[in-house]
Amino acid sequence: MSAALIETEGLGVSLGGSRILRDVSIRVARGEIVTIVGPNGSGKTTLVRLVIGALRPTEGAVRRAPGLVIGYVPQRLAIDHTMPLSVARFLAFASRDRAARTRALAHVGAPGLERRQMIDLSGGQFQRVMLAHALLRRPDLLVLDEAAQGLDQPGTAAFYRLVETLRAELGCAVLMVSHDLHVVMAASDRVICLNGHVCCEGAPMHVSAAPEYRALFGHGTGGTMALYRHEHDHAHGDGDHAHHHPRAPEEAEEEA
Amino acid sequence: MSLLGDFVLRACLAGIGVALAAGPLGCFVVWRRMAYFGDATAHAALLGVTLSLALNLPVVLGVAAMAVAMALTVALASGRTYAVDTMLGVASHAALAVGLVALSFLSGVRVDLMGYLFGDILAVTAADLAVIFGGAALVSALIAWRWRRLLMATINPDLAAASGVDAGRERLILTLALAVLVAVALKVVGVLLVTAMLIVPAAAARAFARTPEEMWGLAVAVGVASSLAGIWGSWTWDTPAGPSIVVAAVLLLALANAAGALTRGRRADQTSSAGPAGASAVSSSESESSSSR
Repeated sequence: MSAALIETEGLGVSLGGSRILRDVSIRVARGEIVTIVGPNGSGKTTLVRLVIGALRPTEGAVRRAPGLVIGYVPQRLAIDHTMPLSVARFLAFASRDRAARTRALAHVGAPGLERRQMIDLSGGQFQRVMLAHALLRRPDLLVLDEAAQGLDQPGTAAFYRLVETLRAELGCAVLMVSHDLHVVMAASDRVICLNGHVCCEGAPMHVSAAPEYRALFGHGTGGTMALYRHEHDHAHGDGDHAHHHPRAPEEAEEEA
Repeated sequence: MSLLGDFVLRACLAGIGVALAAGPLGCFVVWRRMAYFGDATAHAALLGVTLSLALNLPVVLGVAAMAVAMALTVALASGRTYAVDTMLGVASHAALAVGLVALSFLSGVRVDLMGYLFGDILAVTAADLAVIFGGAALVSALIAWRWRRLLMATINPDLAAASGVDAGRERLILTLALAVLVAVALKVVGVLLVTAMLIVPAAAARAFARTPEEMWGLAVAVGVASSLAGIWGSWTWDTPAGPSIVVAAVLLLALANAAGALTRGRRADQTSSAGPAGASAVSSSESESSSSR
């Protein structure tokens, strides 16, 4: 087993008196793609913010490999319209090399946007520029928080294919939060199901090859989710969280 | 003539000094929507004046201390029980009212209240100039040193954190810089108009700037021009200098926006003829339309 880039141990977070996360232990090793899934309010974004260091845990600790460089693509980033910021200037935060910036933009499928203002970009262009920014940092770990939001379905698929390509090229690990369970099934090495704590985690790939997967695929993402193998070695009887694996919680509505 | 020349020259230099510091700081006030925060900090300065006079300290010290205290209090307390703007409104007006009341208790001291409220730029001394330029240099150096980190924290705190920038620390630095600016600008535009010197030049600069650095430069230029024009207007029409400077800045803002709208209109005409080819080359897999002009 290769060394962990990032490892959390017994993470817990309480915000404003309510407990968002408890006892979360995850690890991401070099080169793997790990996806976090879970219903709304399950603490996915909170976990991501802990990993990138934007939030301090109430309990437990996050261990990063020494010198770890993180490339982060947030869910939605609202740049204030009073901030004049060209794409080139934004990317300059990650790299001073103009040629490298041009290459990065071309690489993520957004060539020639250098002179455009960030606030004038469409949702899809914006996310690609964010991805280019993350790449220019030459990250060991790419963290994507629903980074394909605002893209249509072919756009989403293309976006995650791109992420896979980049992982192969850079040799970086990817930790992502995704609503798009088809993508999760296809692209992840490992899936972590979160609902205030880690409900279960495992490899989705062998499941996707099963005949049941094909049969259930037509029933929407709920089927995908149900098939993803659970190892429920712990009781869910404490009643402090709702756990709806058979019907994928919010994904089905959002894709409808 | 030399007497006249001296105090007008000192006034002009004072205005330029404040504009140098207010330009870059004002950009952050605009980007981060800290206008009300600036008001609260500035109003606390009046309490600082009272404190200084009561304790026989230099006014600048008392003002800077109170401004820092107010800024930190508001920064820590905001978002707890009330919405941020409510908190800031309370703090801002409370500071002003308490400052006015406290000042009235200072018997035996003749206080130029109007001077503190609206500035007294024509009475600037050489010592004041030293304080103004010292403060302006401090603020500019602080912002230049932290520029990259301040910008990243302003664009998005999480993105900054992923790049190893502590957004909380950068906010603290801006807060301290703001307190220094309030202390420095007190003599020039007074506590009631300090925020105007921050916001108006930066807002005018926004009309033309394409990068944060351009906005810094343009905001300083607009601030300097407003100061000089305001002092000239004050001299010509015998109007109060501080408010005249702000009026000049607002006129420049209006001009900048009118000119900006015109040039944007022309640019839109040009791009709309060349638009479709460029747009389709950018992306084929995105359904949403670009909001570009």
